Amino acid sequence: MSFVEYRDTIKDGDTAIVFLGHESMFPVKVQHGTVTQTKYGVIRHSTDLIGKKYGSKVTCSKGGWVFILHPTPELWTMNLPHRTQILYSTDISLITMMLELKPGSIVCESGTGSGSLSHALIRTVAPTGHLYTVEFHQQRAEKAREEFREHGVEHLVTVTNQDVCKNGFGVSNVADAVFLDIPSPWEAIGHAKSALKAEGGRICSFSPCIEQVQRTCLAMEEYGFTEINTLEILLRVYNVRTISLQIPDLGKAAEDNSSTGFDSNNPSHQGSPCANLQQGTVQFKSGVPLREVVGHTGYLTFATKSLV
Amino acid sequence: MEGGPSARIREGDCAVLKRDEVFKAVSVLRRRKITFEKQWFYLDNAIGHIYGTTFEVTSGGNLQPKQEAEETTTETKEAGTDNRNIVDDGKSQKLTHDDIKALKDKGIKGQEIVQQLIENSTTFRDKTEFAQDKYIKKKKKKYEAVITIVKPSTRILSTMYYAREPGKINHLRYDTLAQMLTLGNIHAGNKMIVMETCSGLVLGAVMERMGGYGSIIQMYPGGGPVRAATSCFGFPKPFFDNLHEFPLSKVQSLLSGTFTTETLHADPEENARGEEESNGLTEEKQTSLQETEEEPAPEAAMEINPTEEQDAMDVNAEDGEFKESKEKENKENVREKQIKQWERRKKLQEAAALLREKNADGLIVASKFHPTPLLLSLLEFVAPSRPFVVYCQYKEPLLDCYTKLRERGGVINLKLSETWLRNYQVLPDRSHPKLTMSGGGGYLLSGITVVLDKGKSDSSNSEALKMEEPSSKRCKLQDLPC
Repeated sequence: MSFVEYRDTIKDGDTAIVFLGHESMFPVKVQHGTVTQTKYGVIRHSTDLIGKKYGSKVTCSKGGWVFILHPTPELWTMNLPHRTQILYSTDISLITMMLELKPGSIVCESGTGSGSLSHALIRTVAPTGHLYTVEFHQQRAEKAREEFREHGVEHLVTVTNQDVCKNGFGVSNVADAVFLDIPSPWEAIGHAKSALKAEGGRICSFSPCIEQVQRTCLAMEEYGFTEINTLEILLRVYNVRTISLQIPDLGKAAEDNSSTGFDSNNPSHQGSPCANLQQGTVQFKSGVPLREVVGHTGYLTFATKSLV
Repeated sequence: MEGGPSARIREGDCAVLKRDEVFKAVSVLRRRKITFEKQWFYLDNAIGHIYGTTFEVTSGGNLQPKQEAEETTTETKEAGTDNRNIVDDGKSQKLTHDDIKALKDKGIKGQEIVQQLIENSTTFRDKTEFAQDKYIKKKKKKYEAVITIVKPSTRILSTMYYAREPGKINHLRYDTLAQMLTLGNIHAGNKMIVMETCSGLVLGAVMERMGGYGSIIQMYPGGGPVRAATSCFGFPKPFFDNLHEFPLSKVQSLLSGTFTTETLHADPEENARGEEESNGLTEEKQTSLQETEEEPAPEAAMEINPTEEQDAMDVNAEDGEFKESKEKENKENVREKQIKQWERRKKLQEAAALLREKNADGLIVASKFHPTPLLLSLLEFVAPSRPFVVYCQYKEPLLDCYTKLRERGGVINLKLSETWLRNYQVLPDRSHPKLTMSGGGGYLLSGITVVLDKGKSDSSNSEALKMEEPSSKRCKLQDLPC
């Protein structure tokens, strides 16, 4: 297992994802002799996990079963222990593309937080790129280091424990991209500029409030950044459902029902719905939005550092 | 592979022209006239400059690096507070249409024309500061002929395609593409299967994220893969070493074990490649790229089946009327064709072998076809515990695909989603969402493969239903005979 390279079989020391079903999963550190409790019973690492293929169905002691998945930054994001508010994959996707990240890119990030974005950045810039991440909270910085070591990516990342607004990223003239997720990003724009390569690069700042965005945009302009662009991305997830709607009884004769035009309008391609029409319903498949969704995470402000 | 070998514009490069938010992909060639945003010019002078340089178009279509913008302040900082006394009489601009045309014809710099327009506007001083700002911006856009030359990237090309030719990429909006790359865990070292009819844009995006490490098998419909957009990326040649292609029409035979390359028809690629439409890149550039891609290796010539060659020559010899030299040329052509065909067959064998291992690290589908049959077949080639992502411009086919995948089993964490993208104008005291936003950028169905239970369908396993279907009632409804 490694977060930057797929392996087929589960080994001692791996981080694996135990998938219980419908959005319910948790990470587990695979260790000889250890057991993990689930609602379906116990998983014995030595016999149930080690040596098995990722993606296997593992039967637990009570007869229920789970799937064991290979870790990815996206699964990690859904399961990591929160030390801070984190960025989710929807925002991460846009950040990665708009910062033009790819294998070999050098990226600066602050703050490290819970390492949700960090894992995604490392995955994308590996095997030849590097992430310099700055976290002013000592405990969080140490915890992040520990996780990177456990996940086999420590060679691709440098964690620095300092205040990015005061001391910058600890590197200059090396980065292709800079990402800021701090309360006062405008105070770090100067440091971001000097961290970026002389020939230019991309920057992104994530802020929940529009006032933060305004100050950041002003600072970016002041430091000569161009192509300043603020975006917001929202995820909409749909449940796939078969819906049946009752046909109102308008007092028409039964034979009239079949000529109401439902056959041709039935979008579900489920064949003729006449059997159901007799019961007075029409069925169709629908993508139903979740009842409650995330309405706002943060504004993403992107800009380009042009030539000197 | 790291960030590109040089940041300077070189002859033969694939570059992107940018004016405000309009992009156009071009190949940098000397003495080639380019039209962009109602201007024409030559790129000769841009060669040697660093990517990101902004140029001004001067008379004769020459490009000149733009000087650091002088402060474009209007000498008087006068401004009104509201528009209660501003009347639209159509006479506020003292310069006539002809005056402006004359200025332009004289070759006066755009910046100066804007200045003149401001000076000859009777209402300018009464406008509010914000309105003045807006006026200048609008005029600048019209009269200042500046373009920036930037390096191609997925960001730029996907934005460009979505704005210029959305039909050619099935209306795949750039933020949706970004989701696909992340959900698919695309990274260096993967062995990816890509099935797209998005002009090669999705393929290019995957190639960028893999940085030349790992392998990609592109499944294609018809006679050959379309890679017009892929060529806009300007990838270094090694990126193509591990790019394979396999015809969709052979998938069934590969799965059933009856696949051979013998049935490969004569020249499928020629037709298909001809269909490629240019997307900003000039036609010439595209063909030249294709030629280099298909360059036959010298050792391939040695191994050509001698009888096959003999047959071909016999056919050729029937035309006795040709002059000797012409005949020789023809022979050359036939030989070349055979070499190409042999090469293609070898590549096809390689792709088939890669697929047969059934251990791909992911599947990306973004096509004009119905996704269900594609998924049901192509997922066979993917290893367990790997992500897959399907794009569709419409939601309904993905609903069907979702249901069929459930019935098939071997997949978990199925998710149907869409992203909304909103742009903001951020200016002091004038921040708000942009007036227009895109209505739709398509839908995604994603999931993770798992080991498929042999013999029994997952839908017969009550546990599986409990796990994946929040409401068991729904399943009952689905199973109702119709």
